[in-house]
Order: sequence, then C-alpha cells, then structure tokens
Amino acid sequence: MINISEVLETNKMILEENLDVRTITMGVSLLDCAESTVKATCDRIYGKLTRLAKDLVKTGDEIGRDFGVPVVNKRVSTTPAAIVGSSCCRSTGDFVKIAKTLDRAAKDLGVNFIGGYSAIVSKGMTPADELLIRSIPEALAATGRVCASVNVGSTKTGIDMDAVRLMGEIVKQTAERTKSRDSIGCAKLVVLCNAPDDNPFMAGAFHGVSEGDAVINVGVSGPGVVNHVLKTIPHADFETLCETIKKTAFKITRVGQLVAQEASKRLGVPFGIIDLSLAPTPAVGDSVADILKEIGLEHPGAPGTTAALALLNDQVKKGGVMASSYVGGLSGAFIPVSEDRGMIDAVEAGALTVEKLEAMTCVCSVGLDMIAVPGSTSAATISGIIADEAAIGMVNQKTTAVRIIPVAGKKVGQSVEFGGLLGHAPVMGVSRFSCEKMIARKGRIPAPIHSFKN
Amino acid sequence: MKKLIITVVGKDTVGILAKTCTYLAKNGINILDISQTVVAGYFSMMMVADGAKCRKSFGKVALELAETGRKMGLEIRCQKSEIFEKMHRI
Repeated sequence: MINISEVLETNKMILEENLDVRTITMGVSLLDCAESTVKATCDRIYGKLTRLAKDLVKTGDEIGRDFGVPVVNKRVSTTPAAIVGSSCCRSTGDFVKIAKTLDRAAKDLGVNFIGGYSAIVSKGMTPADELLIRSIPEALAATGRVCASVNVGSTKTGIDMDAVRLMGEIVKQTAERTKSRDSIGCAKLVVLCNAPDDNPFMAGAFHGVSEGDAVINVGVSGPGVVNHVLKTIPHADFETLCETIKKTAFKITRVGQLVAQEASKRLGVPFGIIDLSLAPTPAVGDSVADILKEIGLEHPGAPGTTAALALLNDQVKKGGVMASSYVGGLSGAFIPVSEDRGMIDAVEAGALTVEKLEAMTCVCSVGLDMIAVPGSTSAATISGIIADEAAIGMVNQKTTAVRIIPVAGKKVGQSVEFGGLLGHAPVMGVSRFSCEKMIARKGRIPAPIHSFKN
Repeated sequence: MKKLIITVVGKDTVGILAKTCTYLAKNGINILDISQTVVAGYFSMMMVADGAKCRKSFGKVALELAETGRKMGLEIRCQKSEIFEKMHRI
C-alpha cells in the first residue's frame, strides 16, 4: 500500500518542483500520402493527420487530470517532408504549400508545434531534398507551428559539407525573413548529426522511415525535481550524489512511462519510446543550469562544468533505463540558452561562451541550442559552427545539433525575446576569425574509422 | 473509476474529515484507508478510496472535491493511484 509520505513527495514534485510530462508527441507516417500532384498530396496529409491525431490534445489533457500531473505539450511529428513531397514538388513554392498544410493541420488539432519539415541528407542531397532546404526560410516565415530540421551527417556516412554550406545560408535567410520578430524562424530550425527517428522534442522531431504508421513518443522532464533533491545533500560525496540523481531520474521517468502507456491505450496507437532528457523551461526552478550550480559551480561555464554535466547526464540515463523498457529519442540533458533561466544568467555574468557550450555538448545531448548571435555573423561562420557540432556527433557516435539565431540587426550585449517556452536570450559573441575557405570546399567529410579507438 | 488517492492539505480546522467524507459517501465512494500527518502546522491527509460504484465521472469528482476544499480554505486533490504506485514501486 502506498503511504502518505510517498503521496506527498509525488505531489510536492508536481506542485512545487515543476515535475511535468513535457510532451506527448504522436509520430505519423506520411509515406502513403505521396501523390502525383501537390494538391492531392496536401489533401492526403491533412486528412491523415486530422484523422489519426484528432483526440491527441483531449487525451493528453485527460491523462494530466487523472494523474494530477501536467502534460505540457501535445505535438505531432511527421515523415520528413522532403521524402513525402519528392514525387510532386517541383519548386520551393510547392514545398511551402506542404508546410502550410502541416501548419493548418496543427492549428486545427490544437497542437503548438508540428515537426517533420525535414530532409535527411547525411551523405548527399536529392533534388527534392535541396528544394525543401531552400524553401525553409519562406516556409518558416509563412507558418507559425511548423518546425524544420536537416540532418547533415552521421557516424556511418560522414558529413555532407555541401549541405552544411547551404544550411549556413538558409539559417541567415530564415533570420532575415523573420527579422520583424527577432528572427524567430531560426528557433524552429535545427541542423542535426545522427538525428534519431523517434525524437519527441521540437524542433528536431520527425517520424523516421524506420518507424511504423503511427507511434506515441513521450518526453519527460523534471530538472527542478533533481535540483531540489540535491539541495538536501549539499556536501555529499560523488557516490551519494550519483545515487540520488539516479533514483530521482527513475521516479521522473516512471511518470513518463505511465503517461505514455495510457496515451497509447486511449488513442489506440502503439507506444514507441520515452525520451529521458532533462528539459528545462524559462520558469524559475526548472533549470538544468541550477543543477550544475547545486553540484558546486558558481555558474555553468566555470571549470568543471563539462565533468558535472557528464555525471548528470549519465546518472539520468542510468536511472531512466531502469524505469522504462523502451528508451530512445535524444535522452540526455538539454542545455539550451534562451530556455533556461540559469543559462541566461551565466551568459549575462560572462561565465558562458559559445566555445564552452561546444565543449559541454561533447558529453550531453544535444548541442548548441537556442543561441542568439549577432545578425552580422556570416553564413560561412554559421556553417563552421554547424560543421564543428556535426564533427563532435559523428566521431562520438551521438546526436548533436545546432539551433542558432543570428538575430537580424542585433549586436552582442543586446537581448531578444521569443516568449513562451522559447524564452529570451542575450546575444552572444562568436569568433571573428574566418572559416570561409574551408566552407567553400565542395563534397563531404568521410565517415570516421570505427576501430583503433584511442 | 478504480482506486483513487485523495489528498487534503491546508491549515487544520474543524470538520475537514466530516465534510470530505460526507461528499464521498453521497457519491458512493468507499474509503479504504486514511492516514494523516501535521507538518509545520499544516494538516496533510491522504485517503485511499474505491470509486468503482461512483456514478459520476472522475473529472467531475475531482472538480467537486477541489471546490469542497476551496470553501474550507484547503486544497483537495483527487488522483488515480497508478502515478504513485509507478513512481514508488519497482
């Protein structure tokens, strides 16, 4: 029998420490929606999404009410649009029509984001892939809920540097097209390496071709809970520290597992995976940075940060895998800047730089996330940053990503306000040295050797 | 409606148990176990209840219990028990 202290502990996590289920994401395959005309394809896409996901929001809210735990976001991810539209789209405008269809479906379903305006170009781009990528600036300017992602490399294929070069330009164009709103388009555009097929978190979510027709993936959260429990053991040794994080991660993940199974049962859609990521929000007390501070850093970015993050990330996984048989997605600690109050403070205090963030991404998912940089940053420099992150992912066999916002018209020291879960960000400096000659080279970086690992 | 966990948290006053139990009795909800504790002057009570014979929907019961609590200046939460069992039992 459950006892009162356990009940009160759970409710304290929910009411005071921001424990929530961050997202129930329904992945939907659109492979069977590919028709020979754009209109027919769009009609099929809208029809399938609004049929399969029509009860997603209602069900998510009901589950939240039944268990008394907030289910914050209900979202949809789809098959990469570059594949779905390859048989009918002959121009960037054709792809934008698909983006608008996804946006309309998302609006009618009541979901706040829909992912899958994506292309997987780890080794090379088909004409459709390139058209989709070139349509991203217009698509993100013309829609509100669509998220775009491009996978430019993998451990098995190497890095497609032509795509990396193109993405530098696309990120710049996206910033320009949405400059009246602090270049918010870039907050919905992520460039990945080793992108997983079952990621429930935006902006990088898409429903990979290895997946079934529809699936329920759930992203849990709870940095506030971890932070709170660490406050009770301020001077504990590393063994106790790790054990405590692990146990807490187990409890958090079990809630996600319960919600995922319920959602799967009620919606009649198979359960896919739980994503174990600790995902912060801009709310006070819901910060991954605060956990790093509780471990013993003055600010994230101080020496020791990478080690603290490695420890945290590993314990979250160790606790989480015990709690759910199917773990997938990104599964690691997220370190976005604009979405985490403690990270924003660290940047404003001068403790955290883009270079240190890059080092941190070597030991956690996912990458340089929600980083605002000056609008004057060149496309080649952005490509260089993307290439660096992709290289870390490729060599270390992990997912890495870049979601960077070169805010049109803004300089270092100014800040941008995206609102809601996207938060606000101080504009950070980037290296003033050029990588143009390297980025101008054509072709791809070969896959790394898989032996002789020293 | 299966097993429910009802928690009452707030400042200790006369009639908390009576009012909560009256509501549950009226709606055919059977109390299986009650435990309570007072932490820092705040009253915390937990009831394990069986709602199998209740004709109202879970959502309505949860809302009406919250409203009963609000009138007494207390917070009453009603949750399905699985969340606690999953979190605290392997």
